[in-house]
Amino acid sequence: MQQPFRLADVGRLGAAAPVNFTFDGKPFTGLTGDTLASALLANGVHLVGRSFKYHRPRGIVSAGAEEPNALVGIHRDAARKTPNVRATVQEVHAGLEAVSQNRWPSLAFDVGALNDAASPFFSAGFYYKTFMWPKAAWERLYEPFIRRAAGLGVAPDQPDPDVYANRFAHCDVLVIGAGAAGLAAALAAADTGARVILADEQAETGGALRFETGAAIDGRPGWDWAKAVTADLAARDNVRLLTRTTGFGYYAQNIVGLVERLTDHLAKPAPEQPRERLWQVRAKRVVLATGAIERHMVFAGNDRPGIMLASAARTYLNHFGVAVGRNVAVYTADDSAWLAALDLKRAGVGIAAIVDARSEIRGAHVEEARRLGIECLEGHAVTATAGRLRVSSIQVRPLAGGAGRVIPCDALITSSGWTPAVHLFSQSRGKLAFEAETQRFLPGTSAQDVDCVGACGGSIDLAQTIEQALEAGTRADGAQGRRATIVKDVRGEVWSGGMLGTAETGTGVKAFVDFQNDVTAKDIRQAVREGMRSIEHVKRFTTTGMATDQGKTSNMHGLAIAAEMLGKPIPEVGLTTFRAPYTPVTFGALAGHSRGALFEPVRRTPIHSWAQEKGAAFEDVGQWKRAWYFPEAGEDMHAAVARECRTVRESAGIFDASTLGKIEVVGPDAARFMELMYTNPWAKLGVGRCRYGVMLREDGFIYDDGVVGRIAEDRFHVTTTTGGAPRVLNHMEDYLQTEFPDLRVFLTSTSEQWAVIAVQGPRSRDIIAPLVDGIDLSDAAMPHMSVREGTVCGVPARLFRMSFTGERGFEINVPADYGRTVWEAVWAEGEKRGACAYGTETMHVLRAEKGFIIVGQETDGTVTPQDAGLIWAIGKNKADFVGMRGLRRADLVAPGRKQLVGLRTKDPNTVLDEGAQIVADPHQAVPMTMLGHVTSSYWSENCGHSIALALVAGGHDRMGETLYVPMPGGAIAVEVASTVFFDEKGERANG
Amino acid sequence: MVDAAARISPLDGRLFQDEGILVEPAVPAVRLALRAPSAARAALSKALGIDLSQRPKASAVHGARAALWLGPDEWLVIDEEGGDLMAACGTVTAFHSAVDVSHRNTALLVSGRRAADVLSAGCPQDLSRGAFPVGAASRTVFGKVEIVLWRTGEEAFRVECWRSFSDYVFMLFEAAARDA
Amino acid sequence: MLLIHCPYCQEDRPELEFRHAGEAHIARPADMAALSDEDFERFFFIRSNPKGVVFERWRHMHGCARFFNAARDTVSDRFLKTYKAGEPKPDLGGEGR
Ligand SMILES: [Zn+2]
Repeated sequence: MQQPFRLADVGRLGAAAPVNFTFDGKPFTGLTGDTLASALLANGVHLVGRSFKYHRPRGIVSAGAEEPNALVGIHRDAARKTPNVRATVQEVHAGLEAVSQNRWPSLAFDVGALNDAASPFFSAGFYYKTFMWPKAAWERLYEPFIRRAAGLGVAPDQPDPDVYANRFAHCDVLVIGAGAAGLAAALAAADTGARVILADEQAETGGALRFETGAAIDGRPGWDWAKAVTADLAARDNVRLLTRTTGFGYYAQNIVGLVERLTDHLAKPAPEQPRERLWQVRAKRVVLATGAIERHMVFAGNDRPGIMLASAARTYLNHFGVAVGRNVAVYTADDSAWLAALDLKRAGVGIAAIVDARSEIRGAHVEEARRLGIECLEGHAVTATAGRLRVSSIQVRPLAGGAGRVIPCDALITSSGWTPAVHLFSQSRGKLAFEAETQRFLPGTSAQDVDCVGACGGSIDLAQTIEQALEAGTRADGAQGRRATIVKDVRGEVWSGGMLGTAETGTGVKAFVDFQNDVTAKDIRQAVREGMRSIEHVKRFTTTGMATDQGKTSNMHGLAIAAEMLGKPIPEVGLTTFRAPYTPVTFGALAGHSRGALFEPVRRTPIHSWAQEKGAAFEDVGQWKRAWYFPEAGEDMHAAVARECRTVRESAGIFDASTLGKIEVVGPDAARFMELMYTNPWAKLGVGRCRYGVMLREDGFIYDDGVVGRIAEDRFHVTTTTGGAPRVLNHMEDYLQTEFPDLRVFLTSTSEQWAVIAVQGPRSRDIIAPLVDGIDLSDAAMPHMSVREGTVCGVPARLFRMSFTGERGFEINVPADYGRTVWEAVWAEGEKRGACAYGTETMHVLRAEKGFIIVGQETDGTVTPQDAGLIWAIGKNKADFVGMRGLRRADLVAPGRKQLVGLRTKDPNTVLDEGAQIVADPHQAVPMTMLGHVTSSYWSENCGHSIALALVAGGHDRMGETLYVPMPGGAIAVEVASTVFFDEKGERANG
Repeated sequence: MVDAAARISPLDGRLFQDEGILVEPAVPAVRLALRAPSAARAALSKALGIDLSQRPKASAVHGARAALWLGPDEWLVIDEEGGDLMAACGTVTAFHSAVDVSHRNTALLVSGRRAADVLSAGCPQDLSRGAFPVGAASRTVFGKVEIVLWRTGEEAFRVECWRSFSDYVFMLFEAAARDA
Repeated sequence: MLLIHCPYCQEDRPELEFRHAGEAHIARPADMAALSDEDFERFFFIRSNPKGVVFERWRHMHGCARFFNAARDTVSDRFLKTYKAGEPKPDLGGEGR
């Protein structure tokens, strides 16, 4: 028989289409609109998983997001295997494949359940105590055992193939929760003309009206009213209605994170349709209408499958048309469970008995129950349950004492009252206030522009709830408080009662407080006995409330039991902090679009495509892709770099230097500003001349460097390192705006305005000459370190004569959109003259042969110009520059500082490792006294031996000394040498 | 010789179109990063033939030329018909800084019913017509990069970014546009 | 994500457009050359880092690009006031404690 527990003519799914799905491989049928939980219950399935620690059989507890027990895996395909999905939230769809978790070999027979028998071993504080046992035993024995025994679902083993979307949104009023309160608030806000976003975690709006059949609003059943209001709101332009959307985090200044689930309920999502969308909503006002969460009763054996919350049973009945059993027992301390019993009874479900822990029970619901012939036991407790994989009976005993009896049943529904869902309010930094009379934490002082309405604000009366909600909704920013929305004839159900903790104290029994983390009342009592005094300690000691459900159903019980043990009022024991996310959020939703190609921008120069076509290898430099070397057929990197290095010095090489940072410094005080920002003197630098500049931080350490050209009296073309471009501009703007605001100068980034083509080598001038117009390239007219404006290939250009190789060299700056075209023209001229294209590796080798530093490689933020051998770059007669005073600090002028030197290996073929440490005596005991480290190291084809740069303590005074670089294969002997390995006199750049 | 028509824009040939959204490269333009204290504003406005507004987020358009307020002394001037903006500013003697950034930036035109929603996938500003009306312009962020956003119509935006970021910006638009 | 009022753009803008820039109202001494070691230490290394109201610099990096100052309460993470660079510390009245 199909869906034996689906009742005819009950619930709202009615004529919905059947849906086939599987659970643990077994086929089942549910109805469209079912959750996995309701569909399983319709088929009489309560057992859905094994518990975390004891592997006890577990069933469905709730009908919503607070579910602690019914966690399953959902397998869409090989890559889409989502663990720990709450069966009460997952909607069924055709072909849905659900599997139970944490069981082996099968759900019904699980070897790990031995943990249950061994449970004294796993008592509260087990982890902490075990950590203190011998370390070796922990590693070899306990941890592997615990890892096998405990746990939740299995993480997917393939990359997540889904895409996720992100949306920033802004509104006047954000309403979280679309039950009666949220709908009324949204309606009132919308009526003021405000921009409204209404979000609800369920597939449908309605909230508690799903099960509260006694509610009526505007003369209609509550559910019908909810549907009508929803349709009204959905049709309005100023309202965005989001279902399947959880408000999971409440952050500063009314930013609320929502996650919208877009495809998990679909049988066949469209390709590339995002699975989830993260909403980052900025709301002028927030209305929290998040309702309340029912608590279970805490008693021995309260975790058997078939034992669930009364409101859940009522939801399955009234909304899904599913009976949770045929002979249902009730154990409660709150009226709400009575209403559930009455609904079940009227639907034809047998009620075994209503057991109420309260000593005196009265009211219409009691009379009605008696009238219907239900056995009502007041002042009684359930003291035990039986049934291996499903509850089969309960043992009932009068609390005042006396004999117990066993009542057979196939389900047990419980309620110990309702906990307002104040999670988001607490996250907003609002203060909670404890209401002793009702034993509830309620929203107190708000820290942000937020209202809590309905059950989350403590209301237990529907008319009051609607009134609060309309009021809050009208408080929309800019509204004059005139309330236009009218809702009349509100009639709700009224409940009272509730209790916290256990009605009856047994020992040696498993009365569960926290189902998901398998924490019992006894564990909490033990924690207090062992000295835990605050709930924060109890939580950490027992792990109560620390599972993925964050103790939504259990925290208040745990707190009350601890308070009782301590003999203190609940507020004095404290409340654990509510933290985002309210329910688990996927990493995908948080990452959003920032995956794969969009993880980080990949920046390419205008010449990139040419290098790619030539087969260049690329390296990442920050976000840039730079051509690393250009291998010819049969060449490996070493051979390609050796050839490139040789060719540049013999003929010429062409290099894409476009990534260099560039800043245009313009204004009558440009030179004065440059004097302050760089160590060098600039005032007397002639128009058309260039200078290598060193930039320090105020503490005297090298921050950046680069060649600067003076384009006009009031205009400098500044270059920075590739990686330093943004921070150097920020550094300069900082000083200009906040320290030297009176200087008449402006700064503009031109890094990407110019494509830069470096042509270096003895034949560089011959190569560019045919392409250049309006510039005299002769040594006399355009010496080394000069800059001219003219045209190259007919395009306006800034032509620098400068060299980072030590050869005669030029850097052609042309507007970037012409970069590739001009490069090709230069390349054509170069090819005729035996030039090669070279990449960053050759650039590095050639500059190291000349001892030119690279900021960030030779420097690390603790290197001064003196250390780097750049004292010549410091203007001697300058009154001030950034870093000038810092350079005089005692530590910076002390002897023994690490200084930049060259290293030559005794064996010319040995190439040192960059980063390797340097010592004076390789035979000393470990740890050795380290003198410094290798900053750059290459094979130099032009020198015929390896070269290295290093920072060595007192290095400038160690010329000729032999030092050692200890390596795993033995110490390498090196000789301290000049940093300049090639053309020591520096003649080639001028030649 | 290379003529001006040989400009190779980084997004040449790229286009994305879907229900309610069109993303296409703008034609190459002349651009000026213009910085000036208020003393030079009137003279520069006159020289450029366009009002350099002092109002935050404001823009002015005259023919093919536009000036977007980016900061209290900063404007992005765009000329889509190749006007010589540097030369125009060169006639002004009052202190200012004009820097040619024609090739530093490239631009995307984003239009359609869903344009604002698609932008909101990466831009944290409120892009409703009340907060960001037609004519509003602002430097801001889109995903992980900086852009200049200019609303040119009820359902039309111009997005300026540095050229090497344009590939990322275009791909993020494609991804965001798939989110119906 | 904070919402920060830029005194130059004259509107509240999302934190993503801004960058924090350290403590405010630490002027670079005019005569750096004459600065004693102790004064340099105070100027460059020592920061107040109080619990409560701080005066700090921000830059509207991806907006108008201006540096400006803010008074913020580090306990509540609330901005009490933002003001232009160069303006004196504002009187925060009761809010500043
Ligand atoms: Zn601003």
